[in-house]
Amino acid sequence: MTASLTQTREPSPAPSLQPTGWLRYLSFSLDHKVIGLQYIVCGFLFYFVGGALAGVIRTELATPISDFVSREVYNQVLTLHGTVMIFLWIVPVVNGGFGNYLIPFYVGARDMAFPRLNAVAFWMIPPSGLLLISSYFVHGGAAQSGWTAYPPLSLTTPATGQILWILSVLLLGGSSIFGGINFIATIVKFRQPGLKLMMLPMYCWAMLGTSILVVLATPVLAGTLILLSLDIVAHTGFFNPGLGGNVVVYQHLFWFYSHPAVYIMVLPAFGLVSEILPVHARKPLFGYVTMVYSIMAIVILGLIVWAHHMFTSGTPPWMRLFFTIATAFIAVPTGIKFFNWIATLWQGRLALTTAMLFSCAFIIQFVFGGITGVALAQVPFDVHVHDTYFVVGHFHYIVYGGTVFVIFASIYHWYPKFTGRLLNEPLGQLHLLLTVIGFNLCFAPQHWLGLNGMPRRVAEYDPSFTVVNQISSVGALMMAISTLPFLINVIGSAFRGPRAGDNPWRALTPEWLTTSPPPVENWRGAPPLVKEPYGYGHSGNPIDLQTARGRDLWTSQP
Amino acid sequence: MTTAPITASEGSTTAESHLEHGHHPDLRMFGLATFLVADGMTFAGFFAAYLTFRAVNPLPAGATYELELLMPTINTALLVVSSFTFHRASKELMASRMGACRGWLLISALLGIAFLGGQMLEYFTLPFGLTDNLFASTFYALTGFHGLHVTLGALMILIVWWQARQPGRFTPQEHFGIAAVELYWHFVDVIWLVLFALLYLL
Repeated sequence: MTASLTQTREPSPAPSLQPTGWLRYLSFSLDHKVIGLQYIVCGFLFYFVGGALAGVIRTELATPISDFVSREVYNQVLTLHGTVMIFLWIVPVVNGGFGNYLIPFYVGARDMAFPRLNAVAFWMIPPSGLLLISSYFVHGGAAQSGWTAYPPLSLTTPATGQILWILSVLLLGGSSIFGGINFIATIVKFRQPGLKLMMLPMYCWAMLGTSILVVLATPVLAGTLILLSLDIVAHTGFFNPGLGGNVVVYQHLFWFYSHPAVYIMVLPAFGLVSEILPVHARKPLFGYVTMVYSIMAIVILGLIVWAHHMFTSGTPPWMRLFFTIATAFIAVPTGIKFFNWIATLWQGRLALTTAMLFSCAFIIQFVFGGITGVALAQVPFDVHVHDTYFVVGHFHYIVYGGTVFVIFASIYHWYPKFTGRLLNEPLGQLHLLLTVIGFNLCFAPQHWLGLNGMPRRVAEYDPSFTVVNQISSVGALMMAISTLPFLINVIGSAFRGPRAGDNPWRALTPEWLTTSPPPVENWRGAPPLVKEPYGYGHSGNPIDLQTARGRDLWTSQP
Repeated sequence: MTTAPITASEGSTTAESHLEHGHHPDLRMFGLATFLVADGMTFAGFFAAYLTFRAVNPLPAGATYELELLMPTINTALLVVSSFTFHRASKELMASRMGACRGWLLISALLGIAFLGGQMLEYFTLPFGLTDNLFASTFYALTGFHGLHVTLGALMILIVWWQARQPGRFTPQEHFGIAAVELYWHFVDVIWLVLFALLYLL
């Protein structure tokens, strides 16, 4: 790699009409770094909304009868919680947020391929989020049919809320597709000359795979929701059995998007964790090539496993067999990635920073969610636990224990890049401790509840489940409390944190080879051509600035 | 903005500064093509739904899949011809004959509008309405969604036709507007051929 150690200092580019300072974060900025942070901060705001909704759910479930909120309100809260967390928090943050911030650095560019489309894609999100949340206040309240909006339930619940839900999801899907097009063009076509695909940091591959899924799968959901809205508004009968329609077709089309959506949420997290682990373990990422192939294998397999969500929907035996086998196969590339991460850590010089600890917590919890996922792929077991809390537990181990832990790890890792200041490590470790305990306390007991037959999505349950539900609710409370040290940390450190310097982790990926925070044009001078983003841990000779390679950078800075 | 070339190098490779303002590779056609893949997936979802409905859900007594073929066949011909006329417009553009290019663009737009007229005529003469049965609903949803695409495409052709009045607006080297509308128009045409085969011929 050729690190630019003799950067020429250039005056900042000419001033433009764009606002500067913090105001640009509220503007239609075309700077990918501003847009990335807009995604991340906006996502966190919606995370707190979704978390408050989860708090309502767990408070209601602390007792077997519905006493905290009415059944109708519970259904609305449940629907909003799922939709907000998936479409307004996880998908925008791991794709749009970190993607926009990091991908142009990784391909050696000064911005994304389509900066204006990028800004449009972001600014579609806040209005659609507000539209979704405001639907709570319309006549009949918000949608009540869960984030899946299965007909005929979604056809019989109050129509206004359901239509607003559909509009909001269509807008968010559009935003997601625009983002996906932008990422594909940037990664495939916008690379620095000389930067080959197999030199890219792993997050680029993860985002490429994710964006392919977004572009192929999201439009199908959009089309399905258009048909569903025709059923609601124009009283057609596509999915209405009373009018000769077919509900199972909705389920197929819905899951054709919504199963890949799991990979849209978790593949970027795989990529981010593959960036964090080598830096803090001071070792090259193990098995780069197998990592790339396993990402692409997940993309292909992820498109042909959707019906494992429908084993109780009257699917014929051949279909059950096919989707069971295909789903079990996904465990292979996922397992390869898991072992690659372990091997990256193995015999490394581990720096137990908060970013590293969150990443390790991710590995452990994600593999647990993965194991229950393989169990759920088996038809006999799935039929037993379908629509029970077992699925809720499994799902949250994937998206919270998987993706959200990686989001936190990434905040701890890249916060010095965003702000030029370090986060407080003890506060971070307190955050980690509370989150790990709270998370496992909240979701591990739900597997037991599901195995014993507690149905999901219902406000009331058999009194024999009371104690375990209360344990789960205490865990949820701990998770809520755990965000306090995090908030204090990120807000306080922005003003009072110690200066981080340009590269506090001595990382070799391109975003660190510039100032922190980076200048508007990303690099003063030309972008460095990073051929070896993971060249840690070799023994080297005294550094020669003219021929410096990545490995020298690390060894020369004890 | 100018930047000094980077000095650090490995072997003889010099990291060239690139992607300066004014030197961006033009990826707009690539982006549009990716978008059309996404748009095509929407239609693919509709087609899959339609075929499944057809295979699984019997129609109520008296309803039929049979459709009058004359009008849609004429329509198909109009749309296919419009693709060729648009291609001709591009050829004229590349030869810098803007007058002929605009003429062929106008003919393509008029063919598209004629298609929409024919579609309207068909809608008003069909023996079933939107909510009559599953096939009727699917028929209107599919042809309507495609019709929206044709409407948008015809409007865009008229826009580039209008823009092409200005001399130098489109040149053989720089003509993104016309190239983009052409790609979109061919896409709409191909979707119609699939749709025609599935809805009318199957």
